[in-house]
Amino acid sequence: MSARRVLLLPTILAFGFAFLYLPILSMIVFSFNASRLVTVWDAAHSPTLKWYGELFHNQQIIDAAVLSLKIAAMNATGATILGTMAGFALVRFGRFRGRALLAALTTAPLVLPEIITGLSLLLLFVAMEQLLGWPSSRGVTTITLAHISFSLSYVAVIVQSRLIGFDQSLEEAALDLGARPAKVFARITLPLIAPALLSGWLLSFTLSWDDVVISQFVAGPGASTLPMVIFSKVRLGVSPDVNALATLMVSIVAVGAVSAALLLQRRERRRERDLRLALADPGGG
Amino acid sequence: MANDPPAGAQAYVQIENVSKRFGDFIAVSNVSLTVERGEIFCLLGASGCGKTTLLRLLAGFETPSAGRLLIDGQDLADVPPYRRPVNMMFQSYALFPHMSVERNVAFGLEQEHLPAREIARRVGEILEIVRMTPYLARKPHQLSGGQRQRVALARALVKRPKLLLLDEPLGALDRKLREHTQFELINIQQQLGVTFIVVTHDQEEAMTLATRIGVMNHGEIVQVGTPRQIYEFPATRFVADFIGSVNLFEGRLVEDEPDYVRIQCADLPASVLVDHGISAPPDAALWVAVRPEKIGLTREQPAPADNWAHGVVREVAYLGELSVFLVRLDSGREVRATLANSSRKPEERFVRDTPVYLSWDASSPVVGSG
Amino acid sequence: MRPRLLEWLRQGASGRSAVSALPLLWLVLFFLAPFLIVLKISFSEARLAMPPYAALVEWTHERVLAIQLHLANYHFLFTDPLYGNSFLYSLRVAALSTLACLLLGYPMALAIARASPARRNLLLMLVILPFWTSFLLRVYAWIGLLKDDGVINNLLLALHLIDAPIAMVNTSFAVYIGIVYSYLPFMVLPLYSNLEKHDASLLEAAADLGAPPWKAFLRVTWPLSIPGVVAGAMLVFIPAVGEFVIPSLMGSANQLMIGRVLSDEFFENRDWPVASAVAIVVLIVLLGPIVIFQRYRSRELAGAA
Repeated sequence: MSARRVLLLPTILAFGFAFLYLPILSMIVFSFNASRLVTVWDAAHSPTLKWYGELFHNQQIIDAAVLSLKIAAMNATGATILGTMAGFALVRFGRFRGRALLAALTTAPLVLPEIITGLSLLLLFVAMEQLLGWPSSRGVTTITLAHISFSLSYVAVIVQSRLIGFDQSLEEAALDLGARPAKVFARITLPLIAPALLSGWLLSFTLSWDDVVISQFVAGPGASTLPMVIFSKVRLGVSPDVNALATLMVSIVAVGAVSAALLLQRRERRRERDLRLALADPGGG
Repeated sequence: MANDPPAGAQAYVQIENVSKRFGDFIAVSNVSLTVERGEIFCLLGASGCGKTTLLRLLAGFETPSAGRLLIDGQDLADVPPYRRPVNMMFQSYALFPHMSVERNVAFGLEQEHLPAREIARRVGEILEIVRMTPYLARKPHQLSGGQRQRVALARALVKRPKLLLLDEPLGALDRKLREHTQFELINIQQQLGVTFIVVTHDQEEAMTLATRIGVMNHGEIVQVGTPRQIYEFPATRFVADFIGSVNLFEGRLVEDEPDYVRIQCADLPASVLVDHGISAPPDAALWVAVRPEKIGLTREQPAPADNWAHGVVREVAYLGELSVFLVRLDSGREVRATLANSSRKPEERFVRDTPVYLSWDASSPVVGSG
Repeated sequence: MRPRLLEWLRQGASGRSAVSALPLLWLVLFFLAPFLIVLKISFSEARLAMPPYAALVEWTHERVLAIQLHLANYHFLFTDPLYGNSFLYSLRVAALSTLACLLLGYPMALAIARASPARRNLLLMLVILPFWTSFLLRVYAWIGLLKDDGVINNLLLALHLIDAPIAMVNTSFAVYIGIVYSYLPFMVLPLYSNLEKHDASLLEAAADLGAPPWKAFLRVTWPLSIPGVVAGAMLVFIPAVGEFVIPSLMGSANQLMIGRVLSDEFFENRDWPVASAVAIVVLIVLLGPIVIFQRYRSRELAGAA
């Protein structure tokens, strides 16, 4: 292969990563800038932590963050339960009535523009209020219900792909060894799909934590999630404490990701060692 | 290992007129079979012949569409898989990837709610038998193929099942290891006295392991017998063709006496003389099967008037212990013959394009009308 | 059948139907039903009330059931050029952004798929990582770069490459940047999972048969990766058409994308029927791409089984 070809792909890859990370990097740098003019570096007084201090005294942001965390956790739990059920039904139950509908309804939210989902959910809640008198006000409940409705599709997709790769003879072996179906699920199936459930939960959490459009439609005047607060702040103009907030959030994700990567790498290394171990004595004595 | 079935034993496993349909597809068609206590019974057939379905019916993963299954007199119809006195060794081994060797083997005993000390004792015992004691703390992915196979065997045997089902038990092992493991499997079976039903597509494996073999085709059992019976006296043309290699000729019955028959085949210059009587109407269309190793090659015409043919050697394959010759008969038909390489003298070799005579004993041909 | 087996089967069967029925019911209630309501409202008349639309089905004074379908909302959409223009603009932005994502994402996915297995995971994580940080804040970061007194303009001014700042924010250019930036991972991931499955010996075989690398790419890698390209393109194109946040924060006020129009109709003008009609038209336009995506996904799942 030619040298040009060998270099072309990594160059584009590096450019892509620069494109993805430079904005975040500049945001982090300017979060330590003293100047109120977000992007003009005030060399005399920087770096400073004053925006971080302001952030922690901003009750509106703290309240919104707490609310968002609450909604994200409830959403992730609900979506993981319902999405896992949907994933199981789609992979394991063969043909049943409503399968095609369920398959379609779990795919659509993956691609549908959020604005349409948001509008339709709000109109549903309004209609329900008219007909049933519930929900009488829109807020945490309606946002959580709305978030579960689109997050569960993502969980269903993750669980589905895990179950498709699942060797069903493992469950048969457990049955064969005398475990009842409920026990087979608890001791064999659940531990083996646990990673998929965890990543489904984390993804749902992030989707909810990040959502602004749908929340804006279904939230009442009383409930503002963190993304809604940030959105209105940014709309009014750039403000330095948003830089600080963003830096905090990026750091949390980065710490989580790096520790996950280290964990994975350690497991990979152990697997390699195991492989050598297994190959060292093929007959086994 | 071609033991005859233990005479006079009670039928231990009874399969009575069992069928299994999946939609329009008939996987198992009206199979009746008995297996004796302590036997190693092999179900042999090509993939898709229904042998694995039959095994899964016994394990309880499938319910029969018709018929009954009994073990030791107990009808299995209303017994779910987790209550059957039957265990299975899966083709993929199905070792639980998140449990160590020890936990895998203990899993079945834990379901019986045995005291921990009893479980530990029995797990230790069986791991000793399969020689896996040094590896009890390892996870399945830390084991080689042969070790996994032994753990799977131990996990199924530790439950002391009345019947052990083995689905292609040696299929995932390489050839050398397979030969070694075959004999080890027989050893363990005899040591513990468990009845085995083994599914395999490998006839050599079936021949080595089995006390009896059931040959399956299209969901039906076509012949049951000891390995020797199956090989030397195939009941149908399918069995003759499926087990080992064989030269099949079409012919007509020309003479039928109590102690011999004579058959005329279009492809052969002389008639075929068989030294046992058969019951067929005169002039019936028959098939005659002669195994390659039963055919001798000579340069001169053999003395007897029957059981010979003439042709030219087309191909020779030297396989070490024996050589395979592809001979084109004067009729154009190609016939396979194998000779043991017992001599190293070059003048005794038949090379390509040598004209040769083929001959066989009157006891060798198998005749059938199916 | 024996009673115990029957009981066993019944228990299993009822548990199963609950498992499939619960998510199905949920999605019918919170996903399908809302669309029917949107459809209904799109045919009704706006009113100054709460809710601000007239009922389609009404009991008149004479106890006669009256059904009134107002096509006026749709007629309005097709006559007022605002809607047509913003529709076409949205489709153009989505299509060009998808193309840009493909041009940048394909080589990235290919480079990751061909990296050593140990590095592959790291590179993949680097693609996914921004997705886990707030989307809104990443868009905000771009505003900081693109503003008149932003990092890029300041840098160019300091290097004396320009005399006056270039207006980049609140332009279509900024919208393209924002969309490509936000949706790039959705292009890279399906492409990667497709490219990663390619057997390396296919390229060796192509080379062995005399194809230079570029030809091997065109004749082997590219055709085999089409399903990944389709999936990635749909994952970018469909949500981009209805994108709301990026054009609101970075786009110009003169050229609105359809998502913004819908939101304005709804929140500013409180014309729920027209907003609903816009949503229905967007949905109809996107139905084709959604069906393509759905078909691809079910095939992919079947292939993995």
